[in-house]
Amino acid sequence: MPPWFEAFLSAFLLSAGYNTAVVAVGSALLGAGGGAIGAFVLLRKRSLVSDAMSHATLPGVVLGFLFGLAIFGDGRSLPLLLVGAAFTAGLGMLAVNWIKANTRLTEDTAIGTVLSTFFALGMVLLTVLQSLSVSGQAGLSGFLLGSTSGMLASEAMTIAVAAGVVALAVLAFFKELTLLCFDEGFAASTGLNRNRLDLTLLVLLLAVVVIGLKTVGLVLVIALTIIPPVAARFWTERVGRFVPISAAIGAFGSYLGACLSASAPDLPTGALIVLILFALFLLSLALSPVRGILSAFIRHRRFQRIVHVRQGLLALAHDEPILEPITRRLMKRRGYVTGDLRPTESGWSAARRIARDQALWNLWREDCPDEAHALADWSLRPIDEVLPRDMVADLEARLGLKAEPARGATA
Amino acid sequence: MDAITFLQFDFPSILLGSLAALGCGLLGNFLVLRRQSLMGDAISHVVLPGIVLGFLVTGTVDSLPMMLGAGVAALISVGLIELIRRLGRVEPGAAMGVVFTSMFAAGVLLLEQSGAGGVHLDVEHALYGNLESAVWLEATGFGDLLRPEILADLPVSVTRLAVVNLAIVAFVALLYKELKLVSFDPLFADTLGISSRLVGTLLIVMVAVAAVAAFDAVGSILVIAMFICPAATARLMTDRLGTQLWISAGVAVASGILGYFAAALGPQLLGVDMSVSAAGMIAVVAGLFQTVAMLLAPRYGVLARRRLQRV
Repeated sequence: MPPWFEAFLSAFLLSAGYNTAVVAVGSALLGAGGGAIGAFVLLRKRSLVSDAMSHATLPGVVLGFLFGLAIFGDGRSLPLLLVGAAFTAGLGMLAVNWIKANTRLTEDTAIGTVLSTFFALGMVLLTVLQSLSVSGQAGLSGFLLGSTSGMLASEAMTIAVAAGVVALAVLAFFKELTLLCFDEGFAASTGLNRNRLDLTLLVLLLAVVVIGLKTVGLVLVIALTIIPPVAARFWTERVGRFVPISAAIGAFGSYLGACLSASAPDLPTGALIVLILFALFLLSLALSPVRGILSAFIRHRRFQRIVHVRQGLLALAHDEPILEPITRRLMKRRGYVTGDLRPTESGWSAARRIARDQALWNLWREDCPDEAHALADWSLRPIDEVLPRDMVADLEARLGLKAEPARGATA
Repeated sequence: MDAITFLQFDFPSILLGSLAALGCGLLGNFLVLRRQSLMGDAISHVVLPGIVLGFLVTGTVDSLPMMLGAGVAALISVGLIELIRRLGRVEPGAAMGVVFTSMFAAGVLLLEQSGAGGVHLDVEHALYGNLESAVWLEATGFGDLLRPEILADLPVSVTRLAVVNLAIVAFVALLYKELKLVSFDPLFADTLGISSRLVGTLLIVMVAVAAVAAFDAVGSILVIAMFICPAATARLMTDRLGTQLWISAGVAVASGILGYFAAALGPQLLGVDMSVSAAGMIAVVAGLFQTVAMLLAPRYGVLARRRLQRV
């Protein structure tokens, strides 16, 4: 076993020391909270509001540091930095809402304005701090990309507890938020205050962003609330499942990322968590049975085979040559034609069946031109499976064909 | 501040900041109108893995391969966003969030693992830029502004941005009618035989070029601010696209100049001896311009609207 894998395994099994275990569990809780709240935010189509919030934390972090420096003589208090971050992120969130509600500018412009100007203000404050040349400010750059190495046990504990509280809060508001996302009107009629609920949603989002700053970093923390729900979209259409799946993806990805980054010295936690979440997203994109690329490909191939065999059999029935190589291959494989393309016994009977089917479908198309749009799907299947038996019998009678007694026709 | 130190140290930085602001600001008008404001944000983040790869492949911090890498990364990200939006049936914002965070994370990981962090390539540099490092030591007086052989010694980033700015102005001027139609009424544009998709793609390519050329000098945050704030300010002042373009250009250049002076001289005016991030200050000034416009713009400002409602 290579040493990094051993280190990873012991982190994964929570046996790599107290700090690593608290960080890993805290990350998983945060991932679950982020995935769940992100699912609701995605449904409200406001995913990128988190981008404005996360960038707006920078001036708050620096102000928190300066405040701590002025009052306690030391700025490195994680709770204080996070309170500062939450304060300016909250201001940023309110600014986005205000711009959207009171000016002609759209939400994307509001988000872009807030994220760039708040972050720029943070940069200016950061250079002020640098010229003060006080100790401990190097730790602030950890907020940019997040780092768990060198994290104090008390800090890890703060993050884990806060993440747990957020996850519980999402559970507490689950029903109301579901209503808000799916039926605003009904939600309002049951006496829920829609604006307050929207604000609750954003405050929970803000909590995830702020708590994630230290581990994932402010540039990447929004991934915790965006990637899991987008991945979960591929697995279900129902909210009852969508939110838990999204939370599970978030929790699993964050846990795995935190453990991996503990396995070697130079692995940035935030980047790893995001890349693992992205890998989970790619897996969902590829493998989901509903919308995945693989299942779409299989469906397409199956459809293609049905069409080719049907066309081949029709060609047999009309005594025309089969030209398409794919058709030839499929017909041979099914034993409808021999190696030198001569029809077999089963080929003849299948061809007769398909020719009758096609004739019936053609007749039906003349009868009901209005329903022709449905034919794209239907007419590839045997007519007896699609239309009621008496209707088929009637069509057959008019075609002048004898109904096959085996099927017990009524005509 | 005497004339020579101004020319040697302040002038190239101001030029760099204003040129970056102008190019991004002009293109930003169309992004704001097409509700693609955050495309600038996404592109300036995904540039990171491209730069790191460009560096790893060539092994030098020469800017050409790094800019090529950045451009390729930008185009890949645009394609990915479109793919995820279609396959996942999610809003463009969410698709964008997935792509740019993942690509940025890949860039960070590459950077940490390759040890490229030692050679001035780092994430902070990509975000904050290095506006103040531009110098023009050959300048000896204002007369040099008219002497091509000495102007040629301006930092290469200034020349590069000047060329990109010319290309942007030419792009906007040549495709003005098409951009206007596609921004306001893409369906009508399509019926006239102007492919809104083609024009949209060209616009995004120009945005990528502008972002890549500008961010090395001024950092991605200022690039994002300049794609949005000047255009948003101008949008609040007028309904006519032509006027909007001129206003946004004015706001962009004014932010570049005022922001630089505020950063260089502001603290001294307050009696503190320090200088603060010029790129940050330029973006803050642009944000202030926009705030003033949001409150006081003649027709669309909040105060004007209140007055209208009361009458």
